[in-house]
Amino acid sequence: MSNVTDLTVAEIRDGFRAGNFTAREVAEGFNANVAAAKALNAFIVETPDHALAAADAADAARASGDLKPLSGVPIGMKDLFCTNGVQTTAASHILEGFIPTYESTVSGKLWDAGAGMLGKLNLDQFAMGSSNETSFFGNVISPWKRNDGGNASLAPGGSSGGSASAISARLCPAATGTDTGGSIRQPAAFVGISGIKPTYGRCSRWGVVAFASSLDQAGPMARTVRDNAILLEAMTGFDPKDSTSLDLPVPAWEAGLSSNLKGKRIGIPKEYRVDGMPAEIDALWEKGIAFLKDAGAEIMEVSLPHTKYALPTYYIIAPAEASSNLARYDGVRFGLRDLPDGANLQDMYAATRAAGFGPEVKRRIMIGTYVLSAGFYDAYYTQAQKVRTLISRDFDRAWESCDLLLTPTAPSAAFALGEKQADPLAMYLNDVFTVPASLAGLPAMSVPGGLDAQGLPLGLQIIGKALDEQSVLNAALAIEERAGFTARPDKWW
Amino acid sequence: MTESTYRIHGATGDWEVVIGLEVHAQITSNAKLFSGAATAFGAEPNTQVSLVDAAMPGMLPAPNRECIRQAVRTGMAIEAQINKYSRFDRKNYFYADLPQGYQISQLYHPIVGEGQITVTLDEKHPNSATKTIGVERIHVEQDAGKLMHDQHPTRSYVDLNRSGVALMEIVSKPDMRSPVEAGAYVRKLRSILRYVGSCDGNMEEGSMRADVNVSVRKPGEEFGTRTETKNVNSVRFVMAVIEHEANRQVDVLEAGGKIVQETRLYDPDKNETRSMRSKEDAHDYRYFPDPDLLPLELDDAFLAECRASLPELPDAKRTRYETELGLSAYNAATLTAEVETTRWFESLVSESARAQGKSESDVARAAANWLLSELFGALNRLGKDLETSPVSPAQGAELLALVADGTLSGTLAKQVFEIMLETGDAAGKIVEEKGLKQTSDTGAIEEAAAKVIADNADKVEQYRGGKEALFGFFVGQTMKAMGGKANPKVVNEILKKALG
Amino acid sequence: MERARNASAARMSIDLQTVKKIASLARISVTDGEAQALVPELNNILGWVEQLGEVDVAGVEPMTAVIPNTLRLRDDVVTDGNVREKVLANAPQAEQGFFAVPKVIE
Ligand SMILES: [Mg+2]
Ligand SMILES: [Zn+2]
Repeated sequence: MSNVTDLTVAEIRDGFRAGNFTAREVAEGFNANVAAAKALNAFIVETPDHALAAADAADAARASGDLKPLSGVPIGMKDLFCTNGVQTTAASHILEGFIPTYESTVSGKLWDAGAGMLGKLNLDQFAMGSSNETSFFGNVISPWKRNDGGNASLAPGGSSGGSASAISARLCPAATGTDTGGSIRQPAAFVGISGIKPTYGRCSRWGVVAFASSLDQAGPMARTVRDNAILLEAMTGFDPKDSTSLDLPVPAWEAGLSSNLKGKRIGIPKEYRVDGMPAEIDALWEKGIAFLKDAGAEIMEVSLPHTKYALPTYYIIAPAEASSNLARYDGVRFGLRDLPDGANLQDMYAATRAAGFGPEVKRRIMIGTYVLSAGFYDAYYTQAQKVRTLISRDFDRAWESCDLLLTPTAPSAAFALGEKQADPLAMYLNDVFTVPASLAGLPAMSVPGGLDAQGLPLGLQIIGKALDEQSVLNAALAIEERAGFTARPDKWW
Repeated sequence: MTESTYRIHGATGDWEVVIGLEVHAQITSNAKLFSGAATAFGAEPNTQVSLVDAAMPGMLPAPNRECIRQAVRTGMAIEAQINKYSRFDRKNYFYADLPQGYQISQLYHPIVGEGQITVTLDEKHPNSATKTIGVERIHVEQDAGKLMHDQHPTRSYVDLNRSGVALMEIVSKPDMRSPVEAGAYVRKLRSILRYVGSCDGNMEEGSMRADVNVSVRKPGEEFGTRTETKNVNSVRFVMAVIEHEANRQVDVLEAGGKIVQETRLYDPDKNETRSMRSKEDAHDYRYFPDPDLLPLELDDAFLAECRASLPELPDAKRTRYETELGLSAYNAATLTAEVETTRWFESLVSESARAQGKSESDVARAAANWLLSELFGALNRLGKDLETSPVSPAQGAELLALVADGTLSGTLAKQVFEIMLETGDAAGKIVEEKGLKQTSDTGAIEEAAAKVIADNADKVEQYRGGKEALFGFFVGQTMKAMGGKANPKVVNEILKKALG
Repeated sequence: MERARNASAARMSIDLQTVKKIASLARISVTDGEAQALVPELNNILGWVEQLGEVDVAGVEPMTAVIPNTLRLRDDVVTDGNVREKVLANAPQAEQGFFAVPKVIE
């Protein structure tokens, strides 16, 4: 038998059902990989017992014949999802030691579907970042290395960098991610895996530590498109506890997978050809176009005129919402408390938050506080929400002539850790291709397209109409089949 | 409508007082505005708290339909504009009683727009002048938790039981000009809320509190700078705050000082207001639409149900009592001021009409008189109210019916009522058991009268000799002989005839 | 009119005092050194987002719901509460069923 940890979610599920191996064997295999990969720093907490308990339950269920959709499949959980009885930190010192007494809706759905948890995955602090360097618990390291003979540690992307790194290194077959401005898609692209952010409202936000409420959306990350479809079915669904949750049935995305794109019109947004885009990214994009044509799709150029304003719009709205969402971390009811001698209540807040939040979180809270403050609210926040409307309208207009959009996922391959840390703006530019779909709440997916000259993965992004995850998955599948992406990092950890 | 003549007499002349009130009224609901925790008063600390109310990471608000419905009904009751589109906004500030670090409220798009409340300025004289006070808006928001300062020498304790309870903030226009007007406004508002059933109006338990905005100006001049005194929890205190604050402001201004726009706190023990330094730097609330909640859009069916479920309101009822039931203005005003009184009265009237086989307007006056004098007098004496009254409307109606059909005289009725209060028994049963029935049996009365006349021949002589005052003596003796149960009219007639 | 106002408000760059004021509003204590370092950082970011001022938004409504959806209302039923242990489980300081904080003088 080949190593179970090399299998995809679908292969584990089906192989387990067929009796090729036990769920315990699978859990033990991944637990061992997790334990041996400390160098990647992908996990904040490891939960081998949770994985084993779910595996034993799956083995018992197989014996009694009542298997669930994810019976036998262990996964990683981004440490932004509150997990009952298991420390949840959002990678922040301010939540160190916080043990939720409740389970997020999405993680709960996954456990109900039979999945087990290998551990809580590292991320950018409060999901704010594109490199995992803002985690209080140290940055996640990508398993990938450049083929230049150097040994630079690379960023796994962010904020779901722990999820990306762990899947790519076979520490888990799949994981949850969350995406506020690209936090599923950009790390997926950086490590050569797939990840989909569904339509805003598909996944309940209940129990997920909030970053920016109007943008946050959970989604799966895995090595294949099919695995993403399987996970997505388990994660989505109406939740009355989240007022923004969509009251719609969950489509059978896996059953609906088809890479025949005949009749589909794919738009190529001309505004995404940004200045200074590396030639390799451009070449990848052309390759993607060829793949989709080959799958029967019609290709056309479209215009999304407000694209260049998406990033500044995002960097007003997301920090504004975050500044308010993060006000609850005050040292009163949970998490860190820093009470200097003689401090009054307000001093305690200021000391606790100064000690508990990392520099990037503070920076965004400050920006958000400023743009909402008296006299600036209309100029910044209201203006940004109006531009957001225009960005959303751009998409609506594009949908009059096409069904999907194809773009690169990120403007570059993975960069070295430390390379962009000094300049927040340079870091923000990483999200230039992913943010517009987030602002419009649209489903979008990254799928590996190939490698760059340094041997690093590059991702292609498919953006779809609201609620049309099926078309997004199908186009991604068409690329996946044609790209034949089989590269994987050499094990050095 | 009359202009208020209330003035603060300063050293530099007369000052006019300008008052606006923001009344926070707790919406009557089982569960909180955005969580499923209970709202009942007086529970153990932090027991009526959900993880949402405690603002645990990842918790989200889900709005309660009943709270929205009650706010809409309240708006309709003050003839206000109902906004079919409204939104919830976050008001951001840090305080230990505010777990989220923001209060979910409505700034930009409140659920209820402009309305009005008409008050009678001299409530003792219902036909005296009225004044219409504008209501700027009503919005729905969360209540905060409670901080306790007395349990520990160096710590304050936080109880989140109230955190997230639904409030209506009813914001008046700066239309009031005297403590009396403000007092009348609060009382009328409270009455309307209780009629509608959207707030129990219990000020002692904090179900209704007022933020009192006061400024002073020389009559005819621009509005002065105002101060806001927070959380005043009785009508008396509202009036005291205005009087105190207006005088304080006049003193400051006349001494050449300036009024600072600030938040103040009322100390009822010292009857003074003082600046609340703890809230000083919280002015920049950074309001923005709550991204956890979508716009609230109300459909026509929802609004229609709200309107259809509104009861007859105090002003309409008062007019109807006067025109249809023929009550005096005073009685009509008194009976409609409190919803409990109205309910009790209307129940009494309908039971009376049924018991007597008459129309409501035929029985209403006697019912009103009995309720306002006999029943209220008794409840007062017993330290009870209508809710704890030992006599029910049906029992009252039975008593009134016995008076109406001549079974009981006024005196006997009082006697029976006393026994009813003591025993809770029905009037008919008491009359039966104690034999308190008034008799018009002429034979028995003639017999008793004849005996009295026979036994008092000397007095008969004197009476017949012109001492007519003695007639009362014969009536008294005959009534006594009848055990008080004789119909006085019949006794009079028989004695007149017998004495010649 | 509106665009002019937006642009002029956004052109304001922030100084050390403003940084300290924002930090205080956000309840994050900063040392002088930290505040000083934040001045150019925040100005950089704000200077960059300022380009939004050039977008013509005349007649455009601010976005309220990314995916058309209206607010659902739940029934008025008590379904939660009575979970004090859960509520207090992670409290830095809980006493007698309360959260404890430094004494507040109102
Ligand atoms: Mg107020
Ligand atoms: Zn209020």
